[in-house]
Amino acid sequence: MSSQVEPIDKEEDEAWFASAAKVYPMEVKGRFRKIKWAILFITLGIYYFTPFIRWDRGPLLPDQAVLVDFERKRGYFFFLEIWPQEVYYLTGLLIIAAVGLFLMNAIAGRLWCGYLCPQTVWTDLFFRVESMIEGDRRKRITLDKQPWNAEKILKKGTKHFLWLMIAWWTGGAWVLYFADAPTLVYDLATGQAAFSAYVWIGILTFTTYSLAGHMREQVCVYMCPWPRIQAALTDEHALNVTYRYDRGEPRGHLKESKKRIEEGLPAGDCIDCNQCFYACPTGVDIRKGAQLDCIQCGLCIDACDSIMTKVGKPTGLIAYDTDVNIERREKGEAAVYRLVRPRTVIYTVIILMIAGVMLYAQLNRSMTDLSVVHDRNPLYVQQSDGSFRNGYSLRLLNKHNNEQSFTLSVEDMPKGATLEVVGIHKNAADVTKDTQLSLSVDADTTRSVRALVFSPAGVEMPSSLPMSFKLVDTETGETTVISDFFRAPGK
Amino acid sequence: MAEHKKEIDQVTGVETTGHEWDGLKELNHPLPKWWLYMFYGSIVWSVIYWILMPSWPLVNGYTKGLLDYSQRAVATENFDVAAAERAETGKMLLEASLEEIRDTPELLEFAMAQGEVAFGDNCAPCHGTGATGFEGYPNLQDDSWIWGGDLDTLSTTISYGVRSEHDETRYAEMPAFGRDELLEKEEIVQVANYVGSIAGLPTQEGVDLEAGKVIYEENCAACHMENAKGDLETGSPNLTAPTYLYGKSVEDIIAQVNAPRHGVMPAWIDRLGETTVKSLAVYVHSLGGGQ
Repeated sequence: MSSQVEPIDKEEDEAWFASAAKVYPMEVKGRFRKIKWAILFITLGIYYFTPFIRWDRGPLLPDQAVLVDFERKRGYFFFLEIWPQEVYYLTGLLIIAAVGLFLMNAIAGRLWCGYLCPQTVWTDLFFRVESMIEGDRRKRITLDKQPWNAEKILKKGTKHFLWLMIAWWTGGAWVLYFADAPTLVYDLATGQAAFSAYVWIGILTFTTYSLAGHMREQVCVYMCPWPRIQAALTDEHALNVTYRYDRGEPRGHLKESKKRIEEGLPAGDCIDCNQCFYACPTGVDIRKGAQLDCIQCGLCIDACDSIMTKVGKPTGLIAYDTDVNIERREKGEAAVYRLVRPRTVIYTVIILMIAGVMLYAQLNRSMTDLSVVHDRNPLYVQQSDGSFRNGYSLRLLNKHNNEQSFTLSVEDMPKGATLEVVGIHKNAADVTKDTQLSLSVDADTTRSVRALVFSPAGVEMPSSLPMSFKLVDTETGETTVISDFFRAPGK
Repeated sequence: MAEHKKEIDQVTGVETTGHEWDGLKELNHPLPKWWLYMFYGSIVWSVIYWILMPSWPLVNGYTKGLLDYSQRAVATENFDVAAAERAETGKMLLEASLEEIRDTPELLEFAMAQGEVAFGDNCAPCHGTGATGFEGYPNLQDDSWIWGGDLDTLSTTISYGVRSEHDETRYAEMPAFGRDELLEKEEIVQVANYVGSIAGLPTQEGVDLEAGKVIYEENCAACHMENAKGDLETGSPNLTAPTYLYGKSVEDIIAQVNAPRHGVMPAWIDRLGETTVKSLAVYVHSLGGGQ
């Protein structure tokens, strides 16, 4: 794992700890560069502007489309509203994300690393700023070598200033996901925002500036676990950015290869111009084959293709390909591309299954809920008329945006049993002092009540009678039934 | 660095570290220097931490650190903040009547939570954690009350206690019919058997229950009433249900008529304050026996 200014064929003597050599990637133009720009604009656009999208949820709830509301313990994503007990949705998303990574890896190697990873996207943006201010590769190397003068100070100062601005905006956008964005922007600007907001902006400014500006490929090579994992997951049919050595070797400068051809010796298409290496943002020589440092961004493909076009040779000396195909071509067989393989099918099925489960859960998401906890001490109380009483702690949950009234009842109790809820007046008109009563829960919240169930006097009760609480939403008719037990000394 | 002969691995062309295990040699892939500097940095940070924060144990105590940080102080501070927050709701509790508290969901939830904690701290030693009482200590779960089980009565009982040292304490004393020779031994057995019979307890053989009834009407009905249902005003227990405080057999009744035991409940108002007493009243009432 070495990152040098010039490619070297022989590893130099290395000590126990190596200085990170600065990488000066060259600007390239081509298909993959265009794709990377498009993805950069889309992903950063989503990141920076999503907090400003509005989504009407009625007068009581926030109108921000994507919001993590820690204070009220809610997560909002467009039409979705997630309560703390529903974080399993997040678990589902994370599983889909993980299997999605595996699928990408099975199809075309490190698609995530090369195009989508925030580290790649922000580093790419920082590279662009750097080359705009300091010029392309050669100019940057020269600038770094020259002594500090007004020009160098100006250029370096401008670059770091712009980097810090981008980093600061990155941190600023982050905190907007946790509070009403327009209000927070105003509060931040006028110094009224919460202290933690400034701290988080500071932390993200620092991480963005240091990771995208200074650490760059060191993050991918030394800090990130994914290269190791993906190396273990890949197989021989996964497309990877590959130097087609079957076509390129033996390499040699243009004149050399011409001479070799005239002499009737084999000569490859690689003219050893090193453009692939100069274009690489992690300082890798792709011609050494697949390696941990390579994030497979495809920029070496663009660099090589433009050279091949110039020297009048077919493009694709470096391309998305597999080792299997190189071996097949060497044997004169046709290349095979196996997109549908057991692993791609299995990954796709897993993703669809989990997405299906999540969709089902979402479509059948309850708007009301009930939890029942039986008193543990005492399990039952004998009344002076010989009947028994059991106490329960109930929690009623209303996810509606308005106060909702419910009918609470006990089921499967002997005839004559009664239900009471503490705080609901026994003489109130809405109470039948029977096995059913009505009560309401405020908008978007829970209500804890203590329920008392009385067995009828003169009826012999078993030591444990299965019964249940039934909560019916009087408006929507949504019904929740929770099973529990009625205890008595029994026989 | 350790001295070792430079050796280049033939397969990979990478230098080895010179470490060898059973013929396997370790390739030298050097860590970046910044990693090393971060390690040094964390050592420097640990020294700064020692200076600023409490860290080293000493023979007596520990090094306090320049920042004078203490988790205990933070906890105390948080406790004060929470107490101040509770004071707001506590004030509302103080201003509301007990019925209002029971009928306002927010106040009820607060009072129940506060009452539960206060009950565990102050009442549970005698009445039990489940408020089911023990012999001599009333069961607060059932619907049998000596002084009454409505909210205001509960609040009064908790505030001033029973036979306590408070001036406004509830007070009642049953005469010692045997010890003070108000009734003959046989009469006590008769009346106790009669009382046991109306509570549905097994009576002793060969006892004249009719004579017991006459004795009851002459001596007991004044307080325990003609129908033996007791009187909440005077704290005279209901004798018709087997929810007796001092034992559930005729022998226990005989002992009680002969020389009654009189338990004491302390007055809590001066110790806990009105807010907590209100919460306790609502909590005890909500247990299920409240009237």
